[in-house]
Amino acid sequence: MTTKVTMDNGIAERVFTEWRDQPLDEVLYHCRELVEDPDYPTVRRWRDRGGKVVGHFQVYFPEEIAHAAGMLPLKLRGATLEATQADSRFGSYLCSILKTSLELALSRRIELEMFVTHPICDAARNLAAVWGRNFQYPCQILYLPQNANSSHAAQYLRGEYDRVRRAVEEIAGRPVTEDDLRGSLAVFNENRALLRELYGMKRETPWQVSAEDAYVLTAMGGMIPREEHNELLRAVLPLLRERPAKAQDRIRVVFEGGFCEQPPLDLIRAIGRSCYVVDDDLLIGLRWILDDVPLDGDPLLNLATAYLENSSYSPVQHDLRKPKEDMLLERIAGANAQAAIVTAAKMCEPGLEEQVAYTRALDREGVPYFVSEFEENMTSFDHLEIQLETFVENLLFE
Amino acid sequence: MADATVDGTIVGRGNKDGAALFRQWFEELTAAASEDRRGAYVFVMGSFCELLQTFDLPIVFPEINSLQTAVRRVAHEYLNEAEDYGYSPDICGYVKADVATQLRGGELPMGRIPKPGIAVYTNACNTYIKWAEIWERMYGIPTFVLDVPGTRAAGTQTWPGHPDFENDRRYVAAQIRELIPVLERVTGIGFDIDKLRETMTHANAMGRAWRRVLELNQSRPSLFNALSDGTIYLGVANGFRGTAAGASYFEDLVEEMEFKAAEGIGTLTEELYRLIFVGVPCYPIFRRFTELFTELGGTFVNSTYLWFASGGSNVGFQYDLEDPIESLAEGVLVSVRDAMDSMFFQTTILAEMIDSFAADGVVYHPIKSCRTVSTGLADNRRSLMKERDIPSLFIESDMMDKRVVSEAQLKNRIDAFFEGLESRRQQAAIRQK
Repeated sequence: MTTKVTMDNGIAERVFTEWRDQPLDEVLYHCRELVEDPDYPTVRRWRDRGGKVVGHFQVYFPEEIAHAAGMLPLKLRGATLEATQADSRFGSYLCSILKTSLELALSRRIELEMFVTHPICDAARNLAAVWGRNFQYPCQILYLPQNANSSHAAQYLRGEYDRVRRAVEEIAGRPVTEDDLRGSLAVFNENRALLRELYGMKRETPWQVSAEDAYVLTAMGGMIPREEHNELLRAVLPLLRERPAKAQDRIRVVFEGGFCEQPPLDLIRAIGRSCYVVDDDLLIGLRWILDDVPLDGDPLLNLATAYLENSSYSPVQHDLRKPKEDMLLERIAGANAQAAIVTAAKMCEPGLEEQVAYTRALDREGVPYFVSEFEENMTSFDHLEIQLETFVENLLFE
Repeated sequence: MADATVDGTIVGRGNKDGAALFRQWFEELTAAASEDRRGAYVFVMGSFCELLQTFDLPIVFPEINSLQTAVRRVAHEYLNEAEDYGYSPDICGYVKADVATQLRGGELPMGRIPKPGIAVYTNACNTYIKWAEIWERMYGIPTFVLDVPGTRAAGTQTWPGHPDFENDRRYVAAQIRELIPVLERVTGIGFDIDKLRETMTHANAMGRAWRRVLELNQSRPSLFNALSDGTIYLGVANGFRGTAAGASYFEDLVEEMEFKAAEGIGTLTEELYRLIFVGVPCYPIFRRFTELFTELGGTFVNSTYLWFASGGSNVGFQYDLEDPIESLAEGVLVSVRDAMDSMFFQTTILAEMIDSFAADGVVYHPIKSCRTVSTGLADNRRSLMKERDIPSLFIESDMMDKRVVSEAQLKNRIDAFFEGLESRRQQAAIRQK
């Protein structure tokens, strides 16, 4: 079943093989299992084969830089597990993802060579210090620009990416050349194109791909080499299109609030039972750059420019050109959605603050919405599902 | 000043003058509001007062306004109003108090603040950015994030000449140059670089003096309480940054503290324990919170709050007036970075503080409202305890919301902490015999 290949990043074997030669349902089953597995077996396999890992906290990280050094960029997005050791490192009143991400490392479910966080929120920017006090490997903040409107922002970010490149080179023990970077940009450009195709399917024929399937197919990209993710998507997308599925009379909704902490898969599944989730901001960092990054010229500058000039939006990036509520309305219109589910992770300050702006804009525009909070470790959805069904019924029988 | 020293009135002058300046500041803000002049809304970590003062803008510090509602015990009214508007109980209390202030047309217990004409802020706290977005929506005003990159990892700060530092400095300097025409447009006043030199001169004087004031509290007995007195000094350090009055105030404060040091006049009659405070004060019971320590002979000799809430002025950065813009960029970078370090990467800072201030204990006060300051404190405590053999206390409450402040619980914990301090001292004395 396993085809031995040497991929560009020098790792001889693939780390996720369970899906190969399987029917679509089995493929999706294996993806779901992997996405929910807090032991990250694919990362373990990668390491067992001598690979090195850069763990990057939500939301966006220029994974191409780690990839170009032959390392695995691992998206740290929390987990559904008890933060038994990490709890003592934090105070109260914090979101769950901070704790469970650290728990993954403290419990040695994942092992890293480098950890990177970002000043996305007041809590997350503390992580470099917290991790740095608990692990010997380099733990740092990547200062993505918060003044996206400065004419100097791209040049600054290019310098910041170069700093990360140097740090990665040291860990990888090899130089990262411009050609390495271009090679990685090409891999990620293909990945972005495939994810756009997946999201296009969600928007255009949502009966062909459920909310949870789209989610796990996207999430896989954060835990296996991108070449493998590309192979997976290349194989699965045609199978999804061929799947015999009929359109049902369901409300088309946009799910907003999953840019950092992730709702449990059961919650996404529950929402998918009542609605077609035609667009969302789940794992938006993996889809942050909206188009191909040019391969000509300075690759780091191109990547920096794409981050600023050709990118999505989230409550944790400030850009005067992208007022979040206007962007949400645009997302709703672009997906031809009838309503929005406006969520926030519990204790997520930017998410909770944005909810006010979102709901006021939706009120103004007359777009129906359902407001909720979630936590990655929540296990009971009955109450929420009843509320959501009532919301949907009200819309259907309006 | 010599006369003042002779008749003893110098002692306590800083608190008295600070309170007077604070009242004057609010009277000026109230007057500006009544004339419908628009203010510059800024924050304590990277206020850019040096630049904003040159455009004759009334300077409004919403954080200071919000904490004042808690000190004056009306914060709950403001918090409730903002929560009714839609804001979650789980977000920053300062933000919510300000939202309610704006909904009330700027009315505060201390006076009335003008509406914003512009907001200028750094990313030292991410909530600054979300907060300013609220004003942007409410008033349609220009908002300007002056993005100041901080330290990337503990102990890796870079300095002028290093490529990474220079990359950051170019970014900050470019943003300052982009901010200036925005300010010209908002105020209709042309930029005057000599005025900037003047405000930077005052900021230099204030920075030198503030650094000296902090150093002087190494005296035994300590000269001021970093929590109670220190908060008054912070008010002036922020509200009067870049002004002659602010510079003069801090020069007088140095004189007062040097006098007290020379005369052995401490902040407590009997100083038993020298403590360091880490976090943000408990403003809903501000005076009582301090008393819970002072009644047992404990005084706060220093705090990370005095560092970060002064925007890193504690480093006493001295601007080069020959090249004001570049130097402002460097100063902001160094100072705001230091402010962030004292929140995120504070283990070494605290270890050095323990040594230089001969501290007997460290009090951590994480709060519900502020994740910037509070997120890493439990972990920092673990780390610091490995580096220094010193007792510590970890108490959680809030800076705004009295619903999560339990004085009885705090007192129990604080009393037990002091019992531990006493017991430790007795055991040390026995060992020495």
